[in-house]
Amino acid sequence: MSTANTTNRAYGAITLGTLLPWIIGAIILLVLPILMGSKGQLTIMSQMSIMVVFALAYNMLLGQGGMLSFGHAVYMGMGSFLCLHVMNASYFGSVPLPILPLIGGFFGLGIAMIIGSFSTRSAGTIFAMISLGLGELMAACVLIIVVFFGGEEGISGYRDEGLPFFGLEFISHIEVFYLIAFWLFVSAALMFLFSRTPVGRMANAVRDNPERAQFLGYSARWVRFVSFSASGFFCGIAGGLSAILFEIATESDLNVTASGVILLIVFLGGVGFFWGPIIGAVVFILLQTVLGLQTHLWELYVGVIFVAMVMYFPGGLAGIIMSHAVAMSLGKLGLLVRPYLTCVLPAIIGILGLCGLIEMIFHMREAPTGETEMTLFWTAIDTHHIWAWLVFGVIAAGGILLARQQSSVLKEAWDQANTIDTPAEEPS
Amino acid sequence: MTLALELDDLRKSFGSAEIIRGLNLKVEKGERHAIIGPNGAGKSTMFNLITGRFPQTSGHVRLHGTDLTGLQPFQINRLGLSRSFQITNIFPKMTVFENVRCSLLWSMGFKYSFWNMVSRNRALNEGAEEILEQINLTVRRDLPAGVLSYAEQRALEIGITIAGGADVIMLDEPTAGMSNTETDYIVNLIEKVTENKTLIVVEHDMGVVFGLADRISVLVYGEIIATGTPEEVRSDQKVQEAYLGAALEDH
Repeated sequence: MSTANTTNRAYGAITLGTLLPWIIGAIILLVLPILMGSKGQLTIMSQMSIMVVFALAYNMLLGQGGMLSFGHAVYMGMGSFLCLHVMNASYFGSVPLPILPLIGGFFGLGIAMIIGSFSTRSAGTIFAMISLGLGELMAACVLIIVVFFGGEEGISGYRDEGLPFFGLEFISHIEVFYLIAFWLFVSAALMFLFSRTPVGRMANAVRDNPERAQFLGYSARWVRFVSFSASGFFCGIAGGLSAILFEIATESDLNVTASGVILLIVFLGGVGFFWGPIIGAVVFILLQTVLGLQTHLWELYVGVIFVAMVMYFPGGLAGIIMSHAVAMSLGKLGLLVRPYLTCVLPAIIGILGLCGLIEMIFHMREAPTGETEMTLFWTAIDTHHIWAWLVFGVIAAGGILLARQQSSVLKEAWDQANTIDTPAEEPS
Repeated sequence: MTLALELDDLRKSFGSAEIIRGLNLKVEKGERHAIIGPNGAGKSTMFNLITGRFPQTSGHVRLHGTDLTGLQPFQINRLGLSRSFQITNIFPKMTVFENVRCSLLWSMGFKYSFWNMVSRNRALNEGAEEILEQINLTVRRDLPAGVLSYAEQRALEIGITIAGGADVIMLDEPTAGMSNTETDYIVNLIEKVTENKTLIVVEHDMGVVFGLADRISVLVYGEIIATGTPEEVRSDQKVQEAYLGAALEDH
């Protein structure tokens, strides 16, 4: 980056470079439903969009504010419940549906301001424990305060009873998707802009070093409180969108499991980058819906991926992608193609072989007696035949051994791709 | 002359141990005042009491005549007092530029604003660039502060400390752990950036102290045993006995 010319720097100029990701994002949101327009696909994409809003809002705390919350589904869930009450109210006929998420947002903001007023006193373990306790408390309230939460069956409503919005009644899935996509775009843009405001910048400072921030004139607690409230607002918007899409809210929308899922999503995507949670949410929903249809064990695989990410790639998927930035700026990305093919590809094949073995064991244990056929990787397999076990065993062992053998080559190529070539030293 | 900082019988006990045992000190505006003393004399504790990091047990600290009792560090900072730390205390994951820009935010009146864009304010960004220029870190502008060398991090911390425009600057061992060249560099930097400001500095390096300070206070076992110009302190009998004799022999 240029540093020499400091006097002529144009501050805050909006360039095509800064707008490009947003333009691409908007085009993707506009075009996707045209390419994949079935009811199921639209529902998955709507679900993804809601999760992206929720994940970005969660990362305002975790990634940008350094606050680990174990009960964040509360703010989304509360927004969801409130919006369903609005949908069931007699005045809903005079409320246009597109502004409903905003109502959820302000409710989330209100709840977050009440809880944040005492929970943001400190970050770290104390904050995490308070959030966990409140998450459990709210989940318990669902079954106790039946008037608001509807007990075990939750609250349901109908989105199409709102005031028609320029003739739209939001009965079809594509209309609902575009409504959600609109709010996704607006929320993501606002959250991005928030991170560029003084208080958003100070949230990073407080995350890095709360004490130093205090000696710059900022109360760490106030900075946390503002971030926390803003996060609650966007969680509430996600809740409102969820109410519109599913037309129901239950205990499972705000319990501690739901809070755990969002933590998993954000970590999977990467907390260090603004767009990390977007990848996390998209990948997780894909795993949940696509992999979930293929195998009963999808949660096992997601769990293993999560543990592996936390252990070996704490930067998440975004971190993996961005770790290639140095090699790319040096123009040496090409060096990595071969080792990836000889090391990472066999590793993936080996792991898939291992998954095959796991699936066969599961099938032998769970299938009704006598049924020995199963479909694995689009092939019919007889689990009571030694050949099936041998083939998958060889694939698993071979792939992993090959990857291990090639790992030194990969490491060497990686180091080489990340070092600046120095021309031969001139004699002085 | 008006007093920039005044300590009035300041005391601090941790449990039954009295660490700071009645400090009285007057620092005038524009003065460069050094605090010296052996390890464990309570120099850092004194800093922490003045800046509100710890509450005092009794006594008063006055900044430009305002009593600081019961104020939080961020409130004291807003009154125009800024400090650095003995152990480097910066924002390691943020860029060097961002470190400096954040330290300008409050003094430029942004407070907890979430409706301004930091990148769009010319005065803010130019101010940050100017400070980078002053501490000679312009070439490191876009690097995460955590990857800078030790001396560069110390320089950055001084930049963060002075950025807010506070007129009383407190530096806790700014040259600790530095080579001679680095020490000279930092001392020059301190002289440059604290011009026309009140400076209170804790320092072990006697060369630095006698070169930099207008007046010196000697702190031994939680008490100031002498205050005066470098010559007065150097010739003080009590100081010679308690501390300085041994320290001066090294130089």
